[in-house]
Amino acid sequence: MSSSLRRIGRFSAISSSINGKGGRCLGGLSTANEELKSGQESGGTKPINLFSAVNQALHIALDTDPRAYVFGEDVGFGGVFRCTTGLADRFGKRRVFNTPLCEQGIVGFAIGLAAMGNRAIAEIQFADYIFPAFDQIVNEAAKFRYRSGNQFNCGGLTIRAPYGAVGHGGHYHSQSPEAFFCHVPGIKVVIPRSPQQAKGLLLSSIRDPNPVVFFEPKWLYRLAVEEVPEKDYMLPLSEAEVIREGSDITLVGWGAQLSIMEQACVEAEKDGISCELIDLKTLIPWDKETVEASVNKTGRLLVSHEAPVTSGFGAEIAASIVERCFLRLEAPVSRVCGLDTPFPLVFEPFYLPTKNKILDAIKSTVNY
Amino acid sequence: MAQLTQRAATFQRTLSAAAFSVSSTRCLNTASTSPITVETSLPFTGHKIDPPSRSVETTPQELLSFFRDMALMRRMEIAADSLYKAKLIRGFCHLYDGQEAVAVGMEAAITKKDCIITAYRDHCIFLGRGGTLLEAFAELMGRKDGCSKGKGGSMHFYKKEGGFYGGHGIVGAQVPLGCGLAFAQKYSKDENVTFAMYGDGAANQGQLFEALNMAALWDLPAILVCENNHYGMGTAEWRAAKSPAYYKRGDYVPGLKVDGMDALAVKQACKFAKEYALKNGPIILEMDTYRYHGHSMSDPGSTYRTRDEISGIRQERDPIERIRKLILSHDLATEKELKDTEKEVRKEVDEAIAQAKESPLPDPSELFTNVYVKGLGVEAFGADRKELRAVLP
Ligand SMILES: Cc1ncc(C[n+]2csc(CCOP(=O)(O)OP(=O)(O)O)c2C)c(N)n1
Ligand SMILES: [Mg+2]
Repeated sequence: MSSSLRRIGRFSAISSSINGKGGRCLGGLSTANEELKSGQESGGTKPINLFSAVNQALHIALDTDPRAYVFGEDVGFGGVFRCTTGLADRFGKRRVFNTPLCEQGIVGFAIGLAAMGNRAIAEIQFADYIFPAFDQIVNEAAKFRYRSGNQFNCGGLTIRAPYGAVGHGGHYHSQSPEAFFCHVPGIKVVIPRSPQQAKGLLLSSIRDPNPVVFFEPKWLYRLAVEEVPEKDYMLPLSEAEVIREGSDITLVGWGAQLSIMEQACVEAEKDGISCELIDLKTLIPWDKETVEASVNKTGRLLVSHEAPVTSGFGAEIAASIVERCFLRLEAPVSRVCGLDTPFPLVFEPFYLPTKNKILDAIKSTVNY
Repeated sequence: MAQLTQRAATFQRTLSAAAFSVSSTRCLNTASTSPITVETSLPFTGHKIDPPSRSVETTPQELLSFFRDMALMRRMEIAADSLYKAKLIRGFCHLYDGQEAVAVGMEAAITKKDCIITAYRDHCIFLGRGGTLLEAFAELMGRKDGCSKGKGGSMHFYKKEGGFYGGHGIVGAQVPLGCGLAFAQKYSKDENVTFAMYGDGAANQGQLFEALNMAALWDLPAILVCENNHYGMGTAEWRAAKSPAYYKRGDYVPGLKVDGMDALAVKQACKFAKEYALKNGPIILEMDTYRYHGHSMSDPGSTYRTRDEISGIRQERDPIERIRKLILSHDLATEKELKDTEKEVRKEVDEAIAQAKESPLPDPSELFTNVYVKGLGVEAFGADRKELRAVLP
């Protein structure tokens, strides 16, 4: 499948399946790819960017379920990243509405709405502002089903929030807080890497019977453009995808970081190192099997994310894979991540796990 | 806060001193400190409290300093706008033009021993607290000479000596902090107060009500200042608040609604609030004000409000024009002299920008400093944990 790859600056959108040199699809991919393929075969695809893909998914979610609602700060006007443009006009102000500036209230309200059997799709304007709602997510949403012995749940809840670096966002418009939520059984955490993925994964998250925190890579909102089927389609949660096949080292990442990792893979290939790149997509519960199978093949693992290295989700992946593949590993698991500092205003490139840092780590892991 | 200097000296002043002094040849006489009484534009409205009088005492010197300080603030913000567009300022940048009367009026009523804490729209409060233009522009551009060493940027200006506890990025978060400051002040019996500032959007955050309750429960000398510029990003106040009468929203805490475009009204209200808070505990001041710029640099500011609305406010309520008229009607300076002041201010701003541009970026090691206190052996890792490993300074 060839999808339009547009490279601008730090990023290139990564197409939804193995592209170019790759070839074979690995296990777990079929659903996704068939869904996407049939969309393309029926001719209904358009090149769109990531925020438009999110917008399409929200249109479909509201259209296909009269009990779905979209709300958040300035959402009625389209939101700061235009993800909710046109929704209020189309579905009315009763289903698409602005909330006051009160994250804890927004999420608490959303949990109650979902508990009555509705699909509550709440937007938190930036992932950096999800913390006032942290208590509601961790203590209320995640444990509602468990503590009520399955009498109640808020499975219809989806919280969308843009996350990650944008080049100059500074302390409070750049953070990647996914690991905090990965420590909470009862919620799912999903992060798409491209427009196609965003649409399919968001629809799955909205329709999943568990509360989901869906982080959107804000750097890609406009930059990543890809052919996206216009129809209603879902991509499976908790299934990782091998987006580039290789034999020397396995790289695991998610979201915007994948395109940086892909660039490092391309560079490494020039030095004769064959890298396999995996998009985890769902961070909890995550697809250990796909990563395990790959590491059993390559014998090496590198994980990369923008969040600080210490207690990042990379640590969990490293520990699990060491457990499962101990005898097969030929080098320590490498983590190329954000530094253990607040997200800086100046020196963002020093902080970030850039292509060259990944490339260095690939080489030293392979030559260990 | 202002000191009179001769115009000749004006040009030699260091920038730090320049930020808050008045220059006008006309008032270099004893009359410059003789009181004038001016009526505020509008009466104050009180909630559970008798409002102060509309008659405000001022002096020629104060009026001229208000004019100069506000002109300087406005010029600084307009220059920041251009620097942002030229990509010399990165990050998120929120400008204060339109709201200057709140910063200068508040300063005129209090001392630097009183504390101020605010949100991200902090440039002009910083100047009011004695910050310099150089520190401001250098911080905006992420340079070493910035007030936060270039590490904070637009939203994170601080000035400890000036009692400025700074700019805060998370909406509403600074208000409970302000109560903590006020508690410390009360405990040490030093007769000072804290002004905790927040916007009309922030007024809907739960933290605000938690802060109010604590402040009232413990009779803290905390003055909650709601800068009501009528929009939280693109959301008009009435869309987000069941009651946009923010001065009443403390329920059991008294409040005062103030024309925040009138520096003298702001001064009167802050003086009144300080006296009240020291005796009785918290009070809310709602400053009715307006921001001319969009919310931040990515907001043109014209999609959710009409151009007529903005130009109407500029014509009828502009805080600088109000003071200009007062100065002219009391014959304290000529139009030409005020124009000259504006020119001086422009020059000061340009000079500060030139100097700030010369300031180097922070040293790369600053990425790792101030995360923890020095010397605790915290480690940072490079891409390859084996080769690039440093114990933090
Ligand atoms: C907890 C939190 N939520 C959302 C934001 C994003 N945000 C920044 S400013 C702002 C609007 C605040 O409006 P207001 O309090 O009226 O202050 P103003 O900008 O008008 O000075 C929003 C929603 C934030 N910084 N923090
Ligand atoms: Mg406001």
